[in-house]
Amino acid sequence: MSIMTLTHLQRLEAEAIHIMREVVSEAEKPVMLYSVGKDSAVMLHLAKKAFYPSPPPFPLLHVDTTWKFRDMYALRDRAARKAGMQLIVHQNPEALRAGINPFDHGSLHTDMWKTEGLKQALDLHGFDAAFGGARRDEEKSRAKERIFSFRTASHRWDPKNQRPELWRTYNARKNKGESMRVFPLSNWTELDIWQYIHLENIEIVPLYYAAERPTVKRDGLLLMVDDDRFPLNGEKPVMRSVRFRTLGCYPLTGAVESRAQTLPEIIQEMLLTTTSERQGRAIDHDQAASMEKKKQEGYF
Amino acid sequence: MNEIYKTDALIAEDIDTYLETHQHKTMLRFITCGSVDDGKSTLIGRLLYDSKMIFEDQLATLEADSKRVGTQGEAIDFALLVDGLAAEREQGITIDVAYRFFATEKRKFIVADTPGHEQYTRNMVTGASTADLAVILIDARKGVLTQTRRHSYLAHLIGIRHLVLAVNKMDLVDYDEAVFKKIVADYRSFAESIGILDFTPIPISGLAGDNITSRSQATPWYDGPVLLDHLETVELDQTADQLKPFRMQVQWVNRPNLDFRGFAGTIASGQIRMGDEIRVLPSGKTSTISRIVTLDGDLEVAVAGQAVTLCFADEIDCSRGQIITASKSPVEVADQFEATVIWMDEDELVPGRAYWLKIGPQTVTASVAHPKYQVNVNTMEHLAAKTLDLNAIGVANITTDRDIPFGGYDESRDLGGFILIDKMTNRTVGAGLIHFALRRAQNIHWQATDISREHHAAMKNQKPMVLWMTGLSGSGKSTIANIVEKKLARMNRHTFLLDGDNVRHGLNKDLGFTDSDRVENIRRVGEVAKLMTEAGLIVITAFISPFRSEREMVRSMLPPGEFIEIFIDTPLEEAEKRDVKGLYAKARAGQLKNFTGIDSPYEPPEAPHIRIDTTKMSAEEAADLIIEKLIP
Repeated sequence: MSIMTLTHLQRLEAEAIHIMREVVSEAEKPVMLYSVGKDSAVMLHLAKKAFYPSPPPFPLLHVDTTWKFRDMYALRDRAARKAGMQLIVHQNPEALRAGINPFDHGSLHTDMWKTEGLKQALDLHGFDAAFGGARRDEEKSRAKERIFSFRTASHRWDPKNQRPELWRTYNARKNKGESMRVFPLSNWTELDIWQYIHLENIEIVPLYYAAERPTVKRDGLLLMVDDDRFPLNGEKPVMRSVRFRTLGCYPLTGAVESRAQTLPEIIQEMLLTTTSERQGRAIDHDQAASMEKKKQEGYF
Repeated sequence: MNEIYKTDALIAEDIDTYLETHQHKTMLRFITCGSVDDGKSTLIGRLLYDSKMIFEDQLATLEADSKRVGTQGEAIDFALLVDGLAAEREQGITIDVAYRFFATEKRKFIVADTPGHEQYTRNMVTGASTADLAVILIDARKGVLTQTRRHSYLAHLIGIRHLVLAVNKMDLVDYDEAVFKKIVADYRSFAESIGILDFTPIPISGLAGDNITSRSQATPWYDGPVLLDHLETVELDQTADQLKPFRMQVQWVNRPNLDFRGFAGTIASGQIRMGDEIRVLPSGKTSTISRIVTLDGDLEVAVAGQAVTLCFADEIDCSRGQIITASKSPVEVADQFEATVIWMDEDELVPGRAYWLKIGPQTVTASVAHPKYQVNVNTMEHLAAKTLDLNAIGVANITTDRDIPFGGYDESRDLGGFILIDKMTNRTVGAGLIHFALRRAQNIHWQATDISREHHAAMKNQKPMVLWMTGLSGSGKSTIANIVEKKLARMNRHTFLLDGDNVRHGLNKDLGFTDSDRVENIRRVGEVAKLMTEAGLIVITAFISPFRSEREMVRSMLPPGEFIEIFIDTPLEEAEKRDVKGLYAKARAGQLKNFTGIDSPYEPPEAPHIRIDTTKMSAEEAADLIIEKLIP
């Protein structure tokens, strides 16, 4: 008998597929959080593999802030259509009414649109398990989170009282109103994600590739002026060759100057770079242990 | 020059070649364990740092944090890099497993940094359960400690086959070979006593970087591998699993349309090829593999660790939780096992109570008997034990409510490892490692009888049922039950009243009032009630039956609709005021232990069929209400 040694990517792929099949078998109403970023792209691709030839037996949920890049909205609709999956878009009606935006409202923007928006959407549709694309290499409190992460009826995470999680035997049981957040990409690193996108030829938002884009420098971040809602205080957008290592709300997401136009070039740049991925996001810098706190409150 | 540093040049000059190499890397998962100051975090910090997994901004944060809350003065405190939770940084200890990632030329590594404190054993077990290798750290100045023994025992118990004994802080003992040899000899005699036959000892210094990524000049007497070399070359368990017989637990049946029926799962061991003969357990039905389906096209062969979808040539029954095996080497099927149980919940194990048992994708109801013994994880002594509390490890018999296909844990973590889940809280309360099946159940055959339960019931012209009255002591259960039985007798119904006090004079006179005795009390009453319904009787019971899970257990023993839960709802103050038997007074005076409502909990039914509020109606009215609701 010949031995076939699985590569680390094959093992990670199998693990993610195993996790997704467990959720579909045990949850009453699962959903996949789809943020249109590269991790979401990989997660969606894995979902197609897990259930082929059936389409993934759950909908995609985009918790929208109305402030994403235009390119993201375009890919979102196309990707859902190609996968044959229902796409649910949720915008927090209160945030919409109050005109919450990242320019005037600081951290309230994230709280209202993302944290509250997510909770509303899960409650509204009665989803009891939600896949998220978070990885343990992203941030210190994530490094400690279980793959099946239990949430109380008020969506709280209790980091000091996590369920033990042995082997690949996951406990998905919960009482009514409680839910699970499930992270099939927990053990992937940023490099794994990029390499997998490269090998599997997965479509990602063009913003990850370098191109000439209108940008301004503000608070140490290089921001792209993606539409005319961007208030310019006398600044003049400058065309720079930039790309994004991570994608969120465009006024909160810093670009990096780059000439990387292919995936190998992106990976090369990432490997030789000396700053971590989340640095481009304003959200983590607010306070020490900020992500742990946000997660306890229900942020993904 | 070290290999890690060569990588940079390759990335810069020829990214495609680098990607090609990286793509073919294998993956090793390992844990690090040791006592609080053995230098675990420093070692991991160094591995991450040396493999360039720490970015500048993280390093800047780390330097700032080190000065603010670190324990290393002005120097970098690597522990802060690994201790991710706010509570951990405040207390300076590791509470939960942290997963870290790094890669070298040959392999990608996932390292689980597991806590050393005994109170976080369940978290160490979580980290160890997915690991191929364990690095046991020892402080060269302190030698083999109690914690060293505990961690080694747990790692071995959970099935980690590769152990590295990293004797750390060699710089603080002047790289003395004698110190190293003494520690290795001490460890070897302990290791052999618990069945660890092989381990790799390495003298290191996490702080100075000796023998971690490169050979140290300070230990010329050492000719074994350096730590990273060993991690890069040790044989993977997953490769060995491929040589075993084929087994796959079915997770999900894929049925997109009438023409396709596939069985999805992750291959636990062995290989499977097109045309292979398979057997499905527990049914024992056989077929052959017609397709191995993936999105990227059908495969000719699939191996342990891959997640696939299998199609059979024949239409045979197969569903979630069943196991597909090579037809010539099937797995065993049983409903009673001996297993090592690791208890992981603040609430202790209640022997006899019904828990969910999840093994692979299958969930069944199971109970754990009184432990045969508990292991003192610090001394390896076997102790007598009535139960298992948080972090306790013991050996006990397990009974499941149906036959399940399984394997011994030493053969397969997938087929022999299970978790126990509390039916009320849904918490994961225990983990189990199956040793072997007990043959008892297989040798006691069910004798088929010709007069069926339906026949018995038809002769009495009634529908058998169990009227299960639950409520506090003194709530009025026995009084109401007695009136109900008298009224039914007048209606020519065949009944029998099982009363809590009366049963304890005979059938259950060997039982006391501890939680596990209460469980056994109810289990026996449930079995007796079941026999009586099979004889066609209407059974009325009056037991406090304080726990929801036991009432649930009796419900599950009976056919659907025959268990009628009646909640005799009398508030504690009222029952205590009545105190017909004078028991509350005794309990309050401390003369009666484990008294329900005083120092033992009562869990009221969440959705009883009938609720009797005794503060609003008399016993006579209550009995009328019950009969009116149940007898048409």
